[in-house]
Order: sequence, then C-alpha cells, then structure tokens
Amino acid sequence: METNLEIKDDFLVIYLPKELDHHTTKDIREVVDKILIEELLKGIIFDFSNTAFMDSSGIGMIMGRYKAISQKGGVVVVTGINPTINRMLELSGLYKIVEVY
Amino acid sequence: MESNEMVLEFDSKSSNEGFARISVAAFAAQLDPTLDEIADIKTAVSEAVTNSIIHGYEEKKGKIRIECKIEGDEFYITVIDWGCGIEDIQKAREPLYTTKPELERSGMGFVFMEVFMDSLEIISQKEKGTTVKMRKKIENTNKKNGKPM
Repeated sequence: METNLEIKDDFLVIYLPKELDHHTTKDIREVVDKILIEELLKGIIFDFSNTAFMDSSGIGMIMGRYKAISQKGGVVVVTGINPTINRMLELSGLYKIVEVY
Repeated sequence: MESNEMVLEFDSKSSNEGFARISVAAFAAQLDPTLDEIADIKTAVSEAVTNSIIHGYEEKKGKIRIECKIEGDEFYITVIDWGCGIEDIQKAREPLYTTKPELERSGMGFVFMEVFMDSLEIISQKEKGTTVKMRKKIENTNKKNGKPM
C-alpha cells in the first residue's frame, strides 16, 4: 500500500487511507518513522478526511508517533475527523495529547 | 422468532481484517441498520479479529472463525480462535492495558467492543483459545418511521 504524505512548512502531513486498521497502520508506521529520523519537524498532521473506518490500531499508531515526535519537541495534530472516529479519540483520551483542526 | 445464521472461517492474516468486518457488515445489512450501527459492528469485529491475530496467534498461522446470527432485531457475533488464550481477562478489559506495547497496541480493543456493542462476553482458556461473544440490538429506525425499506 502507498502512504500519501508531504512535508509542508516543517510539518509532516499524512493523508490517512480509507480504512485504518492493524494491516494498514503497519505500512504507515514504517514510512513515517524513517522520515522522523531524517527530518527535523515541528509536528505531524494526521489528515482523516478520506478515512471512513478506524479501529484501536489507529489509536496505537498515533500514540506511538506522538511519543517519537514529542521527545523532539514536536506536536501532533488531527484533522478531518468523522463522528465515529471522534468518539474513539475521546474514549481513548487521545485529545489530551493531540490538537484538533 | 425468525433467525438467520452465517459462518466465516479464514486464516489469521492481517490482510483478512478488512474482509472479515465487511462480510459481517454485509450480513447485518439485512436488519437495515443505520450507518452508525454498521460502523459500530465493523469496529467491534475488527478489534476481535485483530486480537486473535496479534495476541491469540502472535501473528503466526492459525484459523479464525466468525459465527453470526440474526434473531428478531438482535445481531449476534462470535469470534473464535484456537490460539494461546488470555492470561487475565479482567486486566485485558481495562482501558489502555496491553500486553504488547512494543507493537503499539493501544489497549482499547475490548473497551471499543464493549462501548460499540450492547454486550460482550469473553471466554478464554490458556493454550486452548479465546471466544468473544457480542450482541447488538439494531433499532431499525427506517421501519419504525414507516419509511419504505
């Protein structure tokens, strides 16, 4: 699977796939972690605009990237959240560590 | 009461996660669920199947069986694996508790199953496997409002 991403104003923007599960998060994790080592970033933006489905694997993936980038002083932002995904982010307490746009 | 049953069995591979939740959702469609109810069912199935793959079989070869039943307006899902079983079910159900933090598991799987379904029962035996039983009432608002199906 191809992961769509770009670096905009020192932020890594990740355009998440239609379905975000254990299977699809594996690829994203690999690609993003490589970039995090190579680039000095202000933060990561997870764009959910195209994402219809997510399970707890998505929560784990965001938490993991937060741990990595917060150590370097970066932030994590989520955007384009649908109501179902919003509920999951609320239940898991993720809004304590990520910002919403 | 009218009932209808379906069984799926597939290999413990992450590429089957999407297949499993979409198949179950397609079967549930007969109850005319709302989009939210479909999303809840898909999430619950995805969590149970992912647990079997990652924890039950530790990403090794194995079979996962899903049994679904429609009875009246109730939808029943049973997810079975013959993997390593759960050491401590009480702990496993706690939010944010995971035995695999190194794999970035969030520890929210059972919490989501519990929240998105009406009931959740976990039966597990070490080295024998795990069975997760879930039930959800499909409100069927279209029928209640007298709209054509």
